[in-house]
Amino acid sequence: MKEVTPKGGLENSTKRKKRSKFWQKFSNNGPFIIFALPGAIWMLFFFYIPVFANVVAFKDFKFSPDGFMASLTQSKWVGFQNFKFLFSSNAAWLITKNTLLYNLGFITLNLIIAVFFAIVMSELRHKKLVKTYQTSMLLPYFLSWVIIAYFVMAFLNPEKGLLNSMLHTDINWYAEPKYWPFFLLMLGTWKGIGYNSILYFATVMGIDPTYYEAAMVDGAGKWQQIKNITIPQLLPLMTLMTILAVGNIFRADFGLFYTVPQNSGALYNVTSVLDTYIYNGLTATGDIGMSSAASLYQSVVGCILLVSTNMLVRRFDGDSALF
Amino acid sequence: MNKKKAIEDVTVRAFGKKTDLFFNIIIGLFAITCILPLFFVVVISLTDENTLSQYGYQLWPKKWSFAGYEYLATMGGELMRSLWISIIVTVFGTMINATFTSTYAYAISRKSFKYRKFFTIFCLITMLFSPGMVANYIVVTNLLHLKDTLWALILPMAVSPFNIIVMRTFFKRQVSESIIESARIDGASELRIFLQIVIPLAIPGIATISLFAALGYWNDWFNALLYISDDKLVPLQYLLMKIQANIEMLTQNAGTGAQFAGGLAAVPKEATRMAMVVIATLPIAATYPFFQKYFVRGLTIGGVKE
Repeated sequence: MKEVTPKGGLENSTKRKKRSKFWQKFSNNGPFIIFALPGAIWMLFFFYIPVFANVVAFKDFKFSPDGFMASLTQSKWVGFQNFKFLFSSNAAWLITKNTLLYNLGFITLNLIIAVFFAIVMSELRHKKLVKTYQTSMLLPYFLSWVIIAYFVMAFLNPEKGLLNSMLHTDINWYAEPKYWPFFLLMLGTWKGIGYNSILYFATVMGIDPTYYEAAMVDGAGKWQQIKNITIPQLLPLMTLMTILAVGNIFRADFGLFYTVPQNSGALYNVTSVLDTYIYNGLTATGDIGMSSAASLYQSVVGCILLVSTNMLVRRFDGDSALF
Repeated sequence: MNKKKAIEDVTVRAFGKKTDLFFNIIIGLFAITCILPLFFVVVISLTDENTLSQYGYQLWPKKWSFAGYEYLATMGGELMRSLWISIIVTVFGTMINATFTSTYAYAISRKSFKYRKFFTIFCLITMLFSPGMVANYIVVTNLLHLKDTLWALILPMAVSPFNIIVMRTFFKRQVSESIIESARIDGASELRIFLQIVIPLAIPGIATISLFAALGYWNDWFNALLYISDDKLVPLQYLLMKIQANIEMLTQNAGTGAQFAGGLAAVPKEATRMAMVVIATLPIAATYPFFQKYFVRGLTIGGVKE
């Protein structure tokens, strides 16, 4: 079937080759593009466009009936005025301080208690009991803050709550700010500890048992084994979890701070965090400019913190870094 | 054989008897604090209303009653509607989430996909920065016009970039390039390879992300708080939140309330409210122990890093 082809025929066949190459490229990649498309479109609408929409922080934002672009372009450009207002108010300092301090508390408590529980559970004698403990401890993790707010109310309700009748007191818990930092720290940790400790537990159980055998042959006691084998083996995971948490240190758990104190005005000084402030600005006071300024402030600082913690960790221990 | 050995080794690694007892008490007490509140709420929902107003919430009340649940049954309408909304959102949301998350993850897990780098980075960037509540609100209401639609409850959680990265690692590990290559040589299309070869191999991973998605949808009240003002579209969790702020809502919307117990007894508001909490909690509390291994496996299926 071989033909002696003149010049033109040669060109023709390369063209065909090119086309078939293109076709092959498409049939190789096309289906994958289609697989990725829905997710990519979602990211466009729920990430990339909203990131762009953050320009409202620099505008005196008004919703326009003509739609999204019109709202963005027709709102007046005010530069950093929203930020000036935000940072000249007392609120900015208060919400930043509260967000940071609570989150620092959560990071520390979570790390210490979860690692402690994980190590203890790995050394308990009855494995069936350990399973029961873990199942019970996971329950709060799977419930929403709305449900937990009801749990809390069952204890703290001033007239009917269990705490007042047990202590024979008559305290209006939802109006006493001094107790709430403790309550909030306790609840936030309580909800997540089951999950976190199982995470560490899985890692502890994965440690090569020969390390422990060798240590026992050398006469190491329990405490020495934990200190010299278990904790060093857990260190990468602890670092990873801490980076993630530090990257989120500017992000408060809205449910905890909004639903559990039942949005009680008397508690604002100790329950106001960035997220509740942004939400209230967006809905209650309708001050979108200020609220979007706070929102952008939160995102930018959060991003900087995430990237810089990661860089710091990578400098000391490349394998523990997130990226 | 291997597993048995591992278990024996673990038993060697154990506390002495006294230390063991001590730590059992500590961990056990903590475990009790995790389930006691639910037990307490169940008890309150079964307490007689007069006993509640006289003695408050008690762990073991003087008088029990089913009035709270009976009132829920007469109230019907609103509660059933919210329950339906929650179920619909959870079912559809989970299906959408699991599908889109795994197709995206599969695409970027395949070496033969030329643009996988681009799509991987496209996804990773979304985890570095957060667009924030206000910008999302503006896009959802003003660009997508989803306010007061069920989509506002489904779409914001329809894809989770973090799960995409986890699933990518999972696909890479579980589905080897050679299986796919051999199917390709046999002439199977990419879609067929995905449906008939990849998915069966990835069931544990897909089960895990589906469970997390279902949990997220069932527990979600935040999107409803932002986007739903129509009473007909209120999911169960948000309904509970509204009732906590205003317990009178229970009687306002239920015209049947007057007929309850011949109109003599007062509406058992407290017990009814707690009965609703029990109903919202029950599907999770009753099932999660059986799914627990998937959740726990989810933590380990794809170490995010390679």
